[in-house]
Amino acid sequence: MSVLTELTLGAARRQLEKGDISATELTEAHIAAVEAVRPLNVMITETPERALQMAKASDERRANGEAGALDGLPIAIKDLYCTKGVRTTAASNILGNFIPPYESKVTENLWKAGAVMLGKTNMDEFAMGSSNMFSANGPAINPWRRDGDDRDLVPGGSSGGSASIVAARAALAATGTDTGGSIRQPAAFTGIVGMKPTYGRCSRWGIIAFASSLDQAGPLTRCVTDAAIMLGVMAGHDPKDSTSVDAPVPDYEAALHDGVKGLRVGIPAEYRVDNMPGEIDALWRRGIAWMAARGAEIVDISLPHTKYALPTYYIVAPAEASSNLARYDGVKYGLRSRHDKLIDMYEQTRADGFGAEVQRRILIGAYVLSAGYYDAYYLKAQKIRTLIADDFRAAFDKVDVVLTPTAPSDAFAVGDKADDPIAMYLNDVFTVPASLAGLPAISLPAGLSGGGLPLGLHLIGKPFDEATLLCAAYALEQAAGFEALPGSVTP
Amino acid sequence: MSIDKATVAKIARLARIHVAEEKQAALAGELSNILGWVEQLSEVDTDDVAPMTSVVEVRLPEREDVITDGDCRDDILANAPETDGSFFVVPKVVE
Repeated sequence: MSVLTELTLGAARRQLEKGDISATELTEAHIAAVEAVRPLNVMITETPERALQMAKASDERRANGEAGALDGLPIAIKDLYCTKGVRTTAASNILGNFIPPYESKVTENLWKAGAVMLGKTNMDEFAMGSSNMFSANGPAINPWRRDGDDRDLVPGGSSGGSASIVAARAALAATGTDTGGSIRQPAAFTGIVGMKPTYGRCSRWGIIAFASSLDQAGPLTRCVTDAAIMLGVMAGHDPKDSTSVDAPVPDYEAALHDGVKGLRVGIPAEYRVDNMPGEIDALWRRGIAWMAARGAEIVDISLPHTKYALPTYYIVAPAEASSNLARYDGVKYGLRSRHDKLIDMYEQTRADGFGAEVQRRILIGAYVLSAGYYDAYYLKAQKIRTLIADDFRAAFDKVDVVLTPTAPSDAFAVGDKADDPIAMYLNDVFTVPASLAGLPAISLPAGLSGGGLPLGLHLIGKPFDEATLLCAAYALEQAAGFEALPGSVTP
Repeated sequence: MSIDKATVAKIARLARIHVAEEKQAALAGELSNILGWVEQLSEVDTDDVAPMTSVVEVRLPEREDVITDGDCRDDILANAPETDGSFFVVPKVVE
């Protein structure tokens, strides 16, 4: 591995600014790193030629004094973001060789700031999953290995390829999307930082829809400062997404070092779930002690409806998915299975094109929305969603951020839990409540498990208060001093 | 709530996904498990609770009713599995 791939986004930017390195050198080093990590199956589509063109253009801009906030920095894009002229599949056979004729707003923002695209990353199909095992391209692999165990581990999901490629030092940062934990849980499993901003902070335009009331774009990076840098570019109002909020994007980097003296940190009693592994509980207690030692005020809070968040999510998200995925009909784009009759063509196309988990969720969604069941399931879930959001609103009268673990375990082996949907869903027990309430949240690496794998701590913030959230995460990051590297990365 | 094979067949038709008959029983079991698990929501009293309609408090934006896009027929057709001139082609629907 080249030393250039060891840099943080912030450090690489400084070196480019000083003229110590060129965007072309930096990009070439990352293209080589992407090739070297091919066994991890983290990319669906590599775009090295485009990356070199973008890097060359970046070097020219910098020579002319026109460099943007991310100029010349090579990053990877989750294959859920439409990229004009570059195949975008959502890791599904049903999209086949779909080549978008338009660019997603978030990636457009990134390219305008000068970022360089290395390629499109592997993921769970249509972002449905917590392991990256449910991909038409096969599973992405975590660069970490459990001590004394050579089995391949999952990177988490659904943004598993994005998390792995950043952890394996083959991209400086990556985009993800988070519907119930799809940025934060893989960040925890791979020892990096993953942030889901407030619903509405980033435009969803051009991001292939899964559950529209929950989906949100966010960054995966190797440190909190890099998350602040990425979010500052990704965020912003977009008239093409009516749920995108027309509010100024603060300077997130500027607020990072404000410290947490006097910050009120809530500890929700209901997150101390049954069967929580001792090492997760111990990590959580360490996190609380770190915040207290830095002058934060620790406040016990209650979020009474926490236990209902996961089942609520598994009504709302499949319902929205069944509606959103109705567009894949074999007519306008993507796969078509041949049949003489129209309805048979639809049904066969969707049977052939969607994987098992996506089919399961579409069917659940169709069921809970169907005549006679709508009130009992979907309406009920939307009411409980109100209660969950109310819990947070009441808590945020007393606290500024909430601190919890990110996931109930460390990374598991590829193949585990694949046959037990509910066991898989439980991965997101700590991340789903903030999703249902639309709140910003961040996971950062805070320690190692007994097996030598990274564990994450999770902070949840007030709506549109990403600045405080990042500042608290930065303080926690300084305290944790997490410097472990996956085995595949030699320092 | 337990789902039987006939219900699987019905919702598969609603969702326009072909599920082979030999797969219906296994799928009925999986879906029943998931629905049995979400059943715990019935213990929550929601009588006086309004369903969530928007996760963040925003007014739906308005804009002038003008055309902002168009003239991109070729882009729209570019990814279609089968086209004829400026049309999508589908199996015959009118006998």
